[in-house]
Amino acid sequence: MADQKVSLTKKDRLSVCWRSTFIQGSWNYERMQNGGWAFSLIPALKKLYKTKEERSAALKRHLEFFNTHPYVASPIIGVTLALEEDRANGAPIDDVMIQGVKVGMMGPLAGIGDPVFWFTVKPILGALAASLAMSGNILGPILYFVLWNLIRMGFMWYTQEFGYRAGAKITDDVSGTLLQDVTKGASILGMFVLGSLIQRWVSVKFTPVVSTVKLAKGAYIDWDTIGNGTKGIRSALEQQASGLSLGSSKVTTLQDNLDSLIPGLAALLLTLLCMWLLKKKVSPIVIILGLFVVGVGLHVLHVM
Amino acid sequence: MALNAFQMILVVLVAFLAGMEGILDEFHFHQPVIACTLIGLVTGQLVPCLILGGSLQMLALGWANIGAAVAPDAALASVASAIILVLSGQGEKGVNTAIAVAVPLAIAGLLLTIIARTLATGIVHFMDKAAEEGSFRKVEMWHIIAIIMQGLRIAIPAALILAVGADPVRSLLAQMPIWLTDGLAIGGGMVVAVGYAMVINMIATKEVWPFFALGFVLAAIPQLTLIALGTIGVVLALVYITLSKVGGSSNGAGGAGTGDPVGDIIDKY
Repeated sequence: MADQKVSLTKKDRLSVCWRSTFIQGSWNYERMQNGGWAFSLIPALKKLYKTKEERSAALKRHLEFFNTHPYVASPIIGVTLALEEDRANGAPIDDVMIQGVKVGMMGPLAGIGDPVFWFTVKPILGALAASLAMSGNILGPILYFVLWNLIRMGFMWYTQEFGYRAGAKITDDVSGTLLQDVTKGASILGMFVLGSLIQRWVSVKFTPVVSTVKLAKGAYIDWDTIGNGTKGIRSALEQQASGLSLGSSKVTTLQDNLDSLIPGLAALLLTLLCMWLLKKKVSPIVIILGLFVVGVGLHVLHVM
Repeated sequence: MALNAFQMILVVLVAFLAGMEGILDEFHFHQPVIACTLIGLVTGQLVPCLILGGSLQMLALGWANIGAAVAPDAALASVASAIILVLSGQGEKGVNTAIAVAVPLAIAGLLLTIIARTLATGIVHFMDKAAEEGSFRKVEMWHIIAIIMQGLRIAIPAALILAVGADPVRSLLAQMPIWLTDGLAIGGGMVVAVGYAMVINMIATKEVWPFFALGFVLAAIPQLTLIALGTIGVVLALVYITLSKVGGSSNGAGGAGTGDPVGDIIDKY
């Protein structure tokens, strides 16, 4: 193996890039984008590994959990390609290192991909196309389709190449400390972003009312004595701004109480529970179906 | 308006494309402004469908699949409402009714999406078996089957609407109880936690847990965007790695001399 170095050509990398278009194809609740990830890397793995054992090991390590924004998967694929290439050429890169780099990068990059593509580019193009289409102009959909795909494909190819070159640089560093630093840095960043994502994106809301307190006179806006018309509205707004309540009683829900400890506490507890269940070898599918049942059940009981 | 067989096949084909894209989210064939227009194109009712697509696109601007969360299904909403609009034969006058139908359809589509994504879990286990054999071909095959399943998720309801007409579909949807759809949406909000829990189980060590806590607490400040949070995370990681090296070398016995260039420089001082 050492006498002839296997390397990935531009054609191989283009083929991987094209396949990564289908990265979400077998998206599932257990390991999310894992099938698509393996599917994307296959042209490269085919070139790098020839024996059945090597191929089986390569497929298995790339069927591990993976999930990020579908477009920002490209730079991660680039780095992984460089790592796999060096590994096939005998560099001491193990499964843990490859997995560490993948997982470390996916969280923070999703944190970039979602706001950039879903909340910026898509609404802007979408609004433009929609307003054209609503007036019956066929340019709307055409413009949207062409621009969106140009931006997407350009982004995917160039970031994948960027990741490939950066990945090669990481492994060129003989001592391996850079790789260690990258892996550790990635997992710090990963944990930090996971903490934020759980706070922002796991939604658990309880609706039961804990207390209804009758407010003292003067603590709320007295709607009977307020003036009519715009004057009344203005005085009401002024009173509210100075801290007066809109109604004559203050309603506190269970959610308000939990949020006053730290917003998102319930989401955190739910995540910890899931981690514990997973460690107890409960199948993720059972947890997922269970959560749906709990969601419907508690909603019917008016708890959520 | 009646469609001929050829037009029906084309409509189902567009539905299939939209269904695939509903999961892939790449070419955006499932976006209302594209899907509705394509259906208008193949049925010869371009302008009303174009207007419907534009209006639905406005509604769907903020719908996005984030993490494991499933957004209301733009694919089913746009395909089915466009077909209903075409079948009604009302032209531009029917656009508003079609929009009203689209929203419950988007929620019903959510249910189909959840089912398809659960079925895909089974498919991934077939992939595991193929990986055991080292067979690239079988892994590819299962992945393609999963994509086809996603296409059928929209193509089958579209064919059904074409076969039975719009009214039965609408009354079927009306029977779907609100408590079920709302409850499922609540469950969907919680399911995201499972994916995050898996990742945490994979990368968490004693050393990095404090950073998790910090991320969680800081995210409660609504003014911090994800980019801002990402920046804080990068800075923390850089500072931590730099500082831990400085500490290591000043202890003397630490990992210096392993060819660490920074450590060597520090040793000279």
